[in-house]
Amino acid sequence: MSVRHALLALLSEGPKYGLQLRQEFESRTGEVWPLNVGQVYTTLQRLERDGLVESDDPEGDGPKKGFRITPSGGRELDEWLRTPPETVPPPRDELVIKVLVALPVPGVDVHELIQVHRRHLVELMQHYTHVKAEASDHDVELALVVDAELFRLEAVVRWLDAAETRLASLPAARPVATTAVPARRHRLEVRR
Amino acid sequence: MTALLELRRVSKVYGSGPALVQALFEVDLTVDGGELVAVMGPSGSGKSTLLTIAGSLEEPSAGEVLVDGSALAGMTRNQRARLRRRLIGYVFQDFNLLAGLTAVENVALPLELDGLGQHAARAAGLTALEELGLGDQADRFPDELSGGERQRIAIARAVVGDRRLLLADEPTGALDSVNGEAVMRLLRAACKRGVAGVVVTHDAQLASWADRVVFLRDGRAVDQTARPPGPESLLMPRPNR
Repeated sequence: MSVRHALLALLSEGPKYGLQLRQEFESRTGEVWPLNVGQVYTTLQRLERDGLVESDDPEGDGPKKGFRITPSGGRELDEWLRTPPETVPPPRDELVIKVLVALPVPGVDVHELIQVHRRHLVELMQHYTHVKAEASDHDVELALVVDAELFRLEAVVRWLDAAETRLASLPAARPVATTAVPARRHRLEVRR
Repeated sequence: MTALLELRRVSKVYGSGPALVQALFEVDLTVDGGELVAVMGPSGSGKSTLLTIAGSLEEPSAGEVLVDGSALAGMTRNQRARLRRRLIGYVFQDFNLLAGLTAVENVALPLELDGLGQHAARAAGLTALEELGLGDQADRFPDELSGGERQRIAIARAVVGDRRLLLADEPTGALDSVNGEAVMRLLRAACKRGVAGVVVTHDAQLASWADRVVFLRDGRAVDQTARPPGPESLLMPRPNR
């Protein structure tokens, strides 16, 4: 999460104080990402140093010190908003690794293992859905944050469903990986 | 809390010999009034069979089904049909509203079929629509409504009168996620008013609206989620990232 760019976005609406920026940041992100005030001021100092924001009083340091975005801050924000987040190569996914590692382990029922993780994920989704259900209809920011988490978790559940179906169609005594490696195998580069 | 639906060691077998299919095997399921339960499983896991047996549209091969405390096995065909009309509402993926009737006429229809006079049925239909915040759509025809709105009317029809057991088969399957959410909010609201709801689905997002999720695999209830704690538990301050 880029606090730096979130602050630039808030300042693009007009000049604001540090404390005000912290409150608005939290309310606009559904209060899911708390921010301490020290972090806000440190980030503002760096933004000022880099010429992306300017303050009323560059020498002062009080809570009433106002900040505004500069033209180069506006360009930086615009470029950041349009830059795709890092999605390639795929992240190293702990759950994928657990299921892959479990395959040859004697005494581990991989279907039971998949169900343990599926239940945990669905319970987490229930928590988030209940948060959304109890929230005000007008709290769009919270709904957006919760939706993002729900779609992410749903994708993992769907991966588990697909993994279970693929594994169920395997012959029982299939040797795992060692003799089944094809002569040429595409490699997926994975983020470390 | 009264159990509105109880399945006790319910099994269902189709066919025989080499063509035998064990659709359900000794499934136990209890759903109380006010509770929304999702039954989640892949295609062929027995979800729809479970729902048709719970709704007395099909009989189990073994085990017992009780609706509002009454065992279905001891009832005549007519008694079962009457119980279905009085107590059980169904919601299907494709809405099943009659095109020539307005929303309120669609909602009132099951009561009229059950012998209630037209005026009383319409009044009960309006009450059901209003309780679910749909009163302003009462006089619209299905083709004047969006898919999401039609499904919400179908939910009002499923809980009209004294219906207290609501059975839904993939009720948001044909809708986009935001309209699907509106349908699930309404289902949840109906359950909060005391209805017992069972939703069968393969969709984790839809299932996550339930108080409890039961996982069905190859006809067996293999697992279930714990009832979630209050929403505040997720909004505790977390370390900054």
